[in-house]
Amino acid sequence: MPRLSRRLAPSAGALGSCALAGCTPLNVLAHDGVTGSRETGLGWFLVIVSCAVICIITILVLVAYARSRKRRTRDDAVFAGSSGVPWVMWGGVVIPGIVLLLTFIFTIGTLDAVAAPTRSPAATVKVIGHQWWWEVRYEGTGPSHTVVTANEIHVPVGQPVKLELTTNDVIHSFWVPALAGKTDIIPGQTNTTWIEARHTGVFGGTCGEYCGAQHAHMQMRVIADSPGDFQKWLADEAAPAAKPADPTAADGLRVFMTSGCANCHTIRGTGSGGGVGPDLTHIASRTTIAAGTLPNTQANLMGWILAAQAIKPGSDMPSMPLPSRDLQSLAAYLETLR
Amino acid sequence: MATLAPIATAPLERLHDTWEARPGLYGILATVDHKTIGKRYLVTSLIFLVLGGIEALIMRAQLTHANAHLLSPGAYDQLFTMHGITMIFWYASPVLSGFSNYIWPLMLGSRDMAYPRVNALSYWTFLASGIFIYTALCIGQAPNAGWFAYAPMTLRPFDPGLNMDFYALGLIFLTVSTTIGAINFIGTVMKMRAPGMSLNRLPIFVYGTMTASFAAVFSLPALTVATTYLYFERHFHMHFFDAAQGGSPLLWQHLFWMFGHPWVYIIVLPAMGMVSEMVPTFCRRPLVAYPYVAMSTIATGIIGFGVWVHHMFATGLPGVSMSFFSGASIIIAIPSAIAVFAWIATMWLGTPVWKTPMMFVAGFVVRFVIGGVSGVVTAAVPFDWQVTDTYFVVAHIHYVLIGINVFPVVAAFYYWMPKMTGRMMSETLGKWNFWTMFIGFNLGFFPMHISGLLGMPRRVYTYPASAGWGSVNLITTIGSAVFAVGVLLFVINIFVSLRRGAFAGSNPWHAGTLEWAMESPPPPYNFAVIPIIRSRLPLWEDQLGDETPGMIPGEGHSHVSEGVVLAEGRETFGTSPLEAHPLHVLHMPEDSMFPFLLAVAMLGTAYGLVFSLWWLAILGGIGMLACLIGWLWPRHLVTGERA
Repeated sequence: MPRLSRRLAPSAGALGSCALAGCTPLNVLAHDGVTGSRETGLGWFLVIVSCAVICIITILVLVAYARSRKRRTRDDAVFAGSSGVPWVMWGGVVIPGIVLLLTFIFTIGTLDAVAAPTRSPAATVKVIGHQWWWEVRYEGTGPSHTVVTANEIHVPVGQPVKLELTTNDVIHSFWVPALAGKTDIIPGQTNTTWIEARHTGVFGGTCGEYCGAQHAHMQMRVIADSPGDFQKWLADEAAPAAKPADPTAADGLRVFMTSGCANCHTIRGTGSGGGVGPDLTHIASRTTIAAGTLPNTQANLMGWILAAQAIKPGSDMPSMPLPSRDLQSLAAYLETLR
Repeated sequence: MATLAPIATAPLERLHDTWEARPGLYGILATVDHKTIGKRYLVTSLIFLVLGGIEALIMRAQLTHANAHLLSPGAYDQLFTMHGITMIFWYASPVLSGFSNYIWPLMLGSRDMAYPRVNALSYWTFLASGIFIYTALCIGQAPNAGWFAYAPMTLRPFDPGLNMDFYALGLIFLTVSTTIGAINFIGTVMKMRAPGMSLNRLPIFVYGTMTASFAAVFSLPALTVATTYLYFERHFHMHFFDAAQGGSPLLWQHLFWMFGHPWVYIIVLPAMGMVSEMVPTFCRRPLVAYPYVAMSTIATGIIGFGVWVHHMFATGLPGVSMSFFSGASIIIAIPSAIAVFAWIATMWLGTPVWKTPMMFVAGFVVRFVIGGVSGVVTAAVPFDWQVTDTYFVVAHIHYVLIGINVFPVVAAFYYWMPKMTGRMMSETLGKWNFWTMFIGFNLGFFPMHISGLLGMPRRVYTYPASAGWGSVNLITTIGSAVFAVGVLLFVINIFVSLRRGAFAGSNPWHAGTLEWAMESPPPPYNFAVIPIIRSRLPLWEDQLGDETPGMIPGEGHSHVSEGVVLAEGRETFGTSPLEAHPLHVLHMPEDSMFPFLLAVAMLGTAYGLVFSLWWLAILGGIGMLACLIGWLWPRHLVTGERA
């Protein structure tokens, strides 16, 4: 399968849409998904109506100021003046009433349209929010077909995908602006949402609810593949990790198994079964590490293993003061886990 | 009871001696004078405003550019939580209580609030709870879960320090102050108005604070319940919010927002009321559509109880319930639109005089509309899913709270400070003050709408350069610094005015309401004689004659300088709720140390509970009981004669 990192740059999705202030991957008003575009349409309506209202009121205040400059009066004189009630009836009740009614109808219509996909979903993905990363599970027909990955959700383009959102720690919120608005992830309940990307590409997402010290470093990505690529990706991910092909990688596996890594992480096919941190079986196929904190390069991997607490203070990943040879073998081994 | 025959000369000396607090420490701690209490509220809440502002500036320094490391994540979390609760709980509501406390009796023609000792207790508990919550910051364990503190992140497993214990107990403590303060306002508006000040002659400011007080009494119990649950869950292993043990995290959200949304109206309605006082004064005509504004104030207070779920649209609620709350949240814009057009029509149909308070008021109207329409934007559920918990909402809340609270409050300082101190604030400095605050505010907070639409979540202590939020945040930081300079100019203007301000006289703005009838600052007894009211704007009757609003043909004019003296001890009239017929002569309580001592005992209890020093908590409890017994101990009336 093609290296995913290569697809990052030229994608037609949210990352490519450079709107208001340079390149902004989480721009709410740039959209690609079916629900995202509905929400954005409502958003543009609201933004335009709001700006119109603000302009009208500002002009009314400025004109009131300009008029008062012309007819100066003694500061202590008082006049009863006309009642002015029509101002309030038209400006305060009738016109806003009509605009607000339209807003409400548009809102309810959009709410109905995005409530559920018109077709049955092509896949169901379980997304589990952790402090501070995303566990992503595709449950197949049996344990050997189950795919477990982290911080990246692959979906087939042009097809609705259902997401089941759960957490065992605190409240998080699933948010990929280009595809769908937020759905909170709340302990004790399973919230569902759905996404459907219209084009292949990479769509940025982040945790939308403050969830503790590293809320700022809890990003994720949705990658929309062609249906064929998606099936191939799924098959690749379901396979256990490749055996180390060279002595350095074999040494890296040894370091992984003996230095405490395996207590928290799983690499399927090696006998490790830790469930605290992300599944690393195919970590090299992912584009970032530490939930979007760093690009997935060998140098960053080594930096992260050595000094996780400096990069993401408070996370469960300890800084691992490994000897430099061990560190290099470990990073080399992890790089082979495509 | 006494007759309503005018008495030519009031025994001013006797009134003065009766109402003035004793000199020395006893007088300082025991006074129940609403004017003293009001000024204390204002000064204390301004101190909290400055503290919250400093916290905000430190956060802005951190967010100026991507990947900054000025603050650790933990420090940042404490700062944004303290900033939020300081501004929302210890500044925005108390500052309005300060104005209401000072102005109400003067505006209503009374010599004090209904429950003067409760009033003193309300202030002392406000101060003590503020000291309590800032103790947490001083020991580095300030609340750190955001001002709405969603469970389960606030529970022991995720937040083992004292941080959230301070939060829970501090809010329960403050709630005591706010609740009894609100009850005092309700009692005052119902019973303490000058004879003849019927409901249709009440100033809109009184309607604003009255509605806010009712809303406070009905909404605060939800907060007290939620924070008590939180404290119990953290300390006594109960499971209100822990899903694994059968609790519900959403229970916290419902309880908090059932309180939280009415609270928004509690901290804006009195401010809107103050605007409705200033607009007529500076437009030189009565307020347009007074009954509509009064009714829309009350309507906002009521509908405000039906919109809380709009804070929870992303929590996975059923579509029907979201539609209902979306509709209610959209409808609540109508009463606000009525008020806005009443102010604008008053400006158009009057002849505005652009003194500093009026500049702030005009600036407020524009910001009010921006905060209002961004509120409607977030009421539209599907778009709210996009913008909720982003900087768009941060922009909205600041346009609401700074636009609709801080700007009217600053305007009100310029407007009523001359009454309180007898000296004017500088107009020149005032104009500088207005423009720096206005430009700084819009420069700082309007771009937050943009950073929100660009996807910046709130409460992130840093952000990557690749997110593309750097330039917007730089502008925001610069704007907030300019805004801070504006606040500094405001504080400087207060101090300059205290020392060198021009003398104000009784009615420097030529206003029409009753608080401008007596000299400035007012004497301890407020009114030498209890006025008799026949219109909504008693001081404008000379000029408006029979066109004065609220005047009934044939009933005659108001009497401000002649009326009943009531000088046998601390006396004022008790009147009927609707028509303000005089019913009794009320004997008002003397000064007392018990409110102060009770607040000290409560502070001791709160420290005992937060540090788990049970002996201290019990000692404080005994102290509270002793104070209450002393407070309620029957004693003889000073005058010896009942009315």
